Amino acid sequence: MSSGFSIFVVVVTLLNIAAAVWLLLWMRKRRGEESSTASDTTGHVWDGDLCEYNNPLPRWWLWLFILSVIFSLVYLVLYPGMGNARGTLGWTQQAQFEAMQAEQERKSQAMLAQFADRSPVELTRDPQALAVGRNLFANNCAACHGSDGRGAIGFPNLTDNDWLWGGEPDMIEASIRDGRQGVMAPWIDLLGPKGVDDVSAYVLSLSGRKAVSGNPATGKAQFETICVVCHGVDGTGNPALGAPNLADNIWVYGGSQLRVNESIAKGRMGVMPEHGERLGEVRVKLLTAYVISMGGQHGVTTAGL
Amino acid sequence: MTAYQFGQAASVAAGTMDGGPMPVSVPANAHENAAVRTDYEDGVVRQFMIMTIVWGIVGMLVGVIAAAQLLFPALNFDIPFLTYSRLRPLHTNAVIFAFGGSALFASSYYVVQRTCHVPLFMPGLARFTFWGWQLVILLAAVSLPLGITQAKEYAELEWPIDILIAVVWVAYGVVFFGTMATRRVKHIYVANWFFAAYIITIAVLHIVNSAGLPVSLVKSYSAYAGVTDAMVQWWYGHNAVGFFLTAAFLGMMYYFIPKQAGRPIYSYRLSIVHFWSLISIYMWAGPHHLHYTTLPDWVQTLGMVFSLMLLAPSWGGMINGIMTLSGAWHKLRTDPILKFLIVSLSFYGMSTFEGPMMSIKTVNALSHYTDWTIGHVHAGALGWVAMVTIGTTYALVPRLYGQTKMWSIRLIDWHFWTTTIGIVLYVASMWIAGVMQGLMWRATNADGTLTYTFVESLKATYPYYAVRLVGGVLIVAGMFLMAYNVAKTIGQRDKAPQGSPAAASA
Repeated sequence: MSSGFSIFVVVVTLLNIAAAVWLLLWMRKRRGEESSTASDTTGHVWDGDLCEYNNPLPRWWLWLFILSVIFSLVYLVLYPGMGNARGTLGWTQQAQFEAMQAEQERKSQAMLAQFADRSPVELTRDPQALAVGRNLFANNCAACHGSDGRGAIGFPNLTDNDWLWGGEPDMIEASIRDGRQGVMAPWIDLLGPKGVDDVSAYVLSLSGRKAVSGNPATGKAQFETICVVCHGVDGTGNPALGAPNLADNIWVYGGSQLRVNESIAKGRMGVMPEHGERLGEVRVKLLTAYVISMGGQHGVTTAGL
Repeated sequence: MTAYQFGQAASVAAGTMDGGPMPVSVPANAHENAAVRTDYEDGVVRQFMIMTIVWGIVGMLVGVIAAAQLLFPALNFDIPFLTYSRLRPLHTNAVIFAFGGSALFASSYYVVQRTCHVPLFMPGLARFTFWGWQLVILLAAVSLPLGITQAKEYAELEWPIDILIAVVWVAYGVVFFGTMATRRVKHIYVANWFFAAYIITIAVLHIVNSAGLPVSLVKSYSAYAGVTDAMVQWWYGHNAVGFFLTAAFLGMMYYFIPKQAGRPIYSYRLSIVHFWSLISIYMWAGPHHLHYTTLPDWVQTLGMVFSLMLLAPSWGGMINGIMTLSGAWHKLRTDPILKFLIVSLSFYGMSTFEGPMMSIKTVNALSHYTDWTIGHVHAGALGWVAMVTIGTTYALVPRLYGQTKMWSIRLIDWHFWTTTIGIVLYVASMWIAGVMQGLMWRATNADGTLTYTFVESLKATYPYYAVRLVGGVLIVAGMFLMAYNVAKTIGQRDKAPQGSPAAASA
């Protein structure tokens, strides 16, 4: 702030404190014209019988006030508060935050060092590593993927054996470290509502399901011109593009025809943020180990969403 | 309001207070000790008194529903108007401005006449403040559930309602200060200092904080941006606590405690020191709501040290109130009204100690954003504001309706215990919940991760939400006892014509 405003702040602050103390000390003593016995009132009477004693200020209360003022003045010298003055301790909340964070990180890194030169697969056999991975998952992943990793609509289930971007340890690690963007374009303009129905009917038939509306035979033709580019001829997807397998009855964005229609018509824009920079290499490996341990490598297929 | 009530005012004002004779010699300064008048303007006081009870029940009931929703989220029935986010501001506005506001209008109009020895200045304008204020409340009750809000805490109402508030408030000021200016006594009674400070300050706070650019009838943007907006908001917010919920209710206390106890105020000089230090120091305390934010460090520090220096001035009022009873403690055994008033001062002392402690940065780092804050607010709002208002209501209603006492003293006692137990359950559960949440949120593992997710802290809070709900139900139950008792008191008056508007709305 400008030095003029800084001086203004200091002056107003000190004036208010000084005025309060002055009034306190002024009222501390009885003055000559006032009655000296506590049982007499001030002489003011209102509403028939309302009057006032003029007892001295309770001593403990007077000292409480003075001590709080002394504490405040000392505090204002030590800490920033007097306008632009920084305070003799040089404290700032930013520095306090950074110091606490650095201290925490120093302790954490010392603890994490033991995992540094092992691979994620090796780490899956270390209960302590998995415990750390579980903590990291609860802090960083559970908000979207659920605390049990089973996902939600728009957020993949990590406990089944179905992987958008590949289930190999390296692929999982890359997903966590660098993030992913799964983009599907909207097709409503090209297909029209009837076309969307037909294509979704065909897509559902790939998982052996019957659609509510639409002609799967017509949809097949359209699928083979448009969708095959990413999802493949047989609809089993392409992990290199993050294109989901459409033939396994597992649905990231929901498997009702309404939902599938919506995916085809409006497209999808799935984002997994990158975590490598924020968490560092060791934590990413521990998370990878934990995700592997959640069940994906057992080949158990959990029912889709 | 009507010929009946004007006539009634005459008999009421002449009625004696049941505190008994003063144990002191009243000096015979004829110019001050003018004969008590009988032409006070009490119709508007009666109106505000009845609405105090009505809005108290409504506001606290909405609070209980909001508390129940935290425990059972399905209770919003998937209806947008009933979601927690909309009921919560409805609750705070209803209890602070409808319940508390009506109580302050009633008591300040009652007190300023009796302590200035003149009827209200411009009684027509006083009646306008009643209908204007009720309209504000009605508009709030409609617009808040519709989701129309400025999104400023305790200043949610949109700009057309803000303008109406400002108009009513200026009218209030004209009536109050006009009455003081025409007073027949030289000295201004201490209660009026506090009422005066509250009326002026609330006008300034409201107008400055609500300044904005309207873009439609139901939407406006704040005149301030970023952290300046936050600072203006909490300058308003904390002084709304300081002047609306503290100074003004101290004005109430300064009349009704000495009257009810039949004792003189303990210390005139203490009231001078604590009044001036309270109102000047309070002005600085707002930044403690914004500790560890983008607010510059120096402002946070000022907010903290001025909050600490606020402890003694706040306690000055408590000392003056409680010590006024010294020599009449036996009355607490028989007079539940005094119990309300004294317990309100105890909660006042407790929450004005707690407040400065919570403003200390290291304590605030734990307490901020937790339910501890909710507990603190309710220790003040229920323990102090509601208790002193309820005591005042029981003291005032018989006097306003030509009775010597309430219909049932036993019911007052029941109300006292339901309220006291309810508040203790409420405050204690929120303390424990708040400290627990603060500790859970900051707990970290050796690997640097948080030990608990947010939802775990929420789950752990559920039992305390249940206890809080029980406390809230007890408090609302007590309010119904009061409404019944007041209706009976009004109903038993002699020669009462049927269907007085005030009685009908009870």
